[in-house]
Amino acid sequence: MLEMLALSPPGWGGVLLKGLLNTLEIALGAYSLGIAIGFGGALGKLYGGPILRWILEIYTTLIRAVPELVLILLLYYAGTDLLNQTLESFGYERVDISGLAAGIFVLGFVQGAYSTEVIRGAMRAVPAGQIEAAVASGMWWSLRLRRIIVPAMIPFALPGLANLWLIVTKDTALLAVVGFSELALATRQAAGSTKAYLMFYVVAALLYLAVTLVSQAVFIYIERHYRRGQVARS
Amino acid sequence: MQWYWLADYAPDFIEGLWITIKLLVLSIFFGMIMAIPIGLVQVTGPRPLAILARVFCTVIRGTPLLIQLWLIYYGLGSIFPFIPGVRESFLWPILREAFPYAVFAFSISVAGYDGEIMRGAFQGVPKGELEAARAFGMRGFTLLRRVWLPRALQDVFPVLAGEFVLTLKATPLAATITVFDVYGVGGMVRQETYRIYEPLLVVAGIYIVLTGIIVVFFRWMENRIPSTSAHRR
Repeated sequence: MLEMLALSPPGWGGVLLKGLLNTLEIALGAYSLGIAIGFGGALGKLYGGPILRWILEIYTTLIRAVPELVLILLLYYAGTDLLNQTLESFGYERVDISGLAAGIFVLGFVQGAYSTEVIRGAMRAVPAGQIEAAVASGMWWSLRLRRIIVPAMIPFALPGLANLWLIVTKDTALLAVVGFSELALATRQAAGSTKAYLMFYVVAALLYLAVTLVSQAVFIYIERHYRRGQVARS
Repeated sequence: MQWYWLADYAPDFIEGLWITIKLLVLSIFFGMIMAIPIGLVQVTGPRPLAILARVFCTVIRGTPLLIQLWLIYYGLGSIFPFIPGVRESFLWPILREAFPYAVFAFSISVAGYDGEIMRGAFQGVPKGELEAARAFGMRGFTLLRRVWLPRALQDVFPVLAGEFVLTLKATPLAATITVFDVYGVGGMVRQETYRIYEPLLVVAGIYIVLTGIIVVFFRWMENRIPSTSAHRR
């Protein structure tokens, strides 16, 4: 039974590990993109004009109401189509978008909606007095953001962001449905060709679980680091 | 965008909608039945049971639902036919279908996520209320039914509504094991009509409406429950 997990070709261990690596790569990319969108989105929601706020509200509401699986298909086809049409209209050749880039874009766009809400909530939680103090000391908008709002909001945002990381690592499995060879698809291939369904799915589940447990430990450490300056709540 | 196909496939979509709703309601029902004891034993249960419940929640929450679904459908499903007598038993017609596997997988997922929420809810009920109930002579199941459970549910109602929306959004995964829910029907339409976007947009629209219904329904329920905690006033 276990020789099927060997790292070299007759065994599928190498394929699974490669899949895990792809999963982590997509997750990391999508998470970073999501936080970038979320940061911009939160600023837009808090400081933007009515039209920008309205657009962002539609974005976060729609993305959070439609199943990820549907979004992945929609964004994947719409995204690649849009890019190619744009390229063609400027006279360039059509391009094939790599699975990795498309996966990162699609999941990142979905994550962005959730990150926007998390970061907006965290920014609102920064005590008004601290921001007023920054204004009073003559800090300009960007400086205030960099020196006061962002560092003060991180402890509030961390639990939500940690949750989003755990969600995105698991959501990468959905990309198997569109055919990206990450861990879930690699497992499916391994299971299908060896007929050892139970064993391979259990192994995949254990790999995902390991990622989750390690991430949780890391986030506990990070949170402790960022909370060191906060007054303990009674 | 072309919509000529919509009339032809409307009955299929309605059938798919019906399956999605069945999948959702059954999964939430069985899931919550498991989630309540799973939450409870973590608060009051004997230590081994509490640890078992904790491990269950961690494993369910730490692995993708898609993998759980495939593990149950392909993994367990590949074993059942080898158990002697199963093919002849009355269970076989159920075990042959994909739908029961999907309900089972989603129920377990609901139990894992909401078990964790129920743990917090049971813990959050003020001690004084439980002591008062005990002082009235309630114990065991009566205490749970009359005081502890209602109070716990009341506090996490909005959270549960959010969880049920997440469950709804997870149901399309069932299409990967050949269940023809709304998403599955959408996929079929796409293959038969060669339209890429339109069926997906219809599917997305249906899910948005369903999400809206869940949100409105739970807000309505929430308003019907008298709020007793001081901070809500």
